[in-house]
Amino acid sequence: MAAKTLTIDGQLVSAEEGQTVLDAARDAGIYIPTLCHLNGIQDIGACRLCLVEITGSPKLLPACVTKVQEGMEVQTSSDRLRRYRRMILELLLAERNHVCSVCVSNGHCELQTLAAEHGIDHVRFEYLSPRLEVDLSHRLFGMDHNRCILCTRCVRACWHVEGAGTKNVAGRGIQSRIISDLNQPWGQSETCTACGKCVAACPTGALFNRGATVAEMQRDRTRLEYIVTAREKSQWIV
Amino acid sequence: MDRLRLATVWFAGCSGCHMSFLDMDEWLVELARFADVVYSPLVDHKQYPENVDVCLVEGAIANTDNLELLCRVRTRTRTLVAFGDCAITGNVSALRNPLGSANHVLRRSYLDPGNLRPALPAEPGVVPRLLDRVLPVHQVVPVEHFLPGCPPSAPQIRQFLENLLAGRVQSSQCATVRFG
Repeated sequence: MAAKTLTIDGQLVSAEEGQTVLDAARDAGIYIPTLCHLNGIQDIGACRLCLVEITGSPKLLPACVTKVQEGMEVQTSSDRLRRYRRMILELLLAERNHVCSVCVSNGHCELQTLAAEHGIDHVRFEYLSPRLEVDLSHRLFGMDHNRCILCTRCVRACWHVEGAGTKNVAGRGIQSRIISDLNQPWGQSETCTACGKCVAACPTGALFNRGATVAEMQRDRTRLEYIVTAREKSQWIV
Repeated sequence: MDRLRLATVWFAGCSGCHMSFLDMDEWLVELARFADVVYSPLVDHKQYPENVDVCLVEGAIANTDNLELLCRVRTRTRTLVAFGDCAITGNVSALRNPLGSANHVLRRSYLDPGNLRPALPAEPGVVPRLLDRVLPVHQVVPVEHFLPGCPPSAPQIRQFLENLLAGRVQSSQCATVRFG
């Protein structure tokens, strides 16, 4: 495969043909913030956080879906880019109800961490405070639409990694929602394999494992009985 | 050097930010060498005074009392600090916003779950009227500095005040300061 040589932030970088600017930058140890990108699932350039400047292009281009070209000159962190990234994050925080202090992902949320990295100590836009559902119909997982940023990492993990095709996006613009099957409660989905890949892929607290929040803890005593039987009767019956 | 005239106010919040302020422990004694606390829920002044240098504002703006005091605080204070997540984002105090107007919220809280003579609290002049939306402080008046956290930790508050006392421009732009 042919090698391409380009410069990223003034640094000469060698990349493979067909590689994205994001991959080339990461291989060279240059950090570009991302949110909808997740290693192992295909990129769609949805969140626009990885926008970079490329000399000769009047448009900003998303690094995750832009292929490297010979002689390309890439800037990953100009004032303009920082301004836009900050604005994107603030708009995400304003659009739904991201209440970090009472979120299941507080302290390990990619949106929260990126906001801190970009020096966001307040949001300049008015909060929309929409009234949104929390779907707790699934036996193992929950979906809190208040925390969803529509990055569609769950959808792509569900379709392209698990191959189940349960998760999808319904609606347009501000009405867009992540749905299960034909927009039915997740617990009634006939295609969901309960693999949990969507939960693993989610960057925020929108998808979570059930059983960890207040009053959800349920003890499973059968394991104890199994050990007692084993000790008393020397029978290892599961 | 003139002593710093420091105030703190507590709007719609849980007072956790003030508890975190007290959690600075022995550094409060150090702070007292440089600053006078001229108004605070932690001390006994009844009126917000004139000519305040710095005011830490905990809590969101949720009712008419909050609104009135905040406007007075703004006109009498040089440097306003939105102190903690409720002041900055609305946080838990603003969880009611998706429910709708003040009337919707009151009905949901007092009438829907009530089974013994349910009634809305109405004591004009005693119980302040709820605003239709809980607002972050900077959506009501200009704010100079933001100190996020639920609550901001005592070391963060201390570092902020030390920077302020040293006349350094506060920069909270570091990964250790975040919402939540």
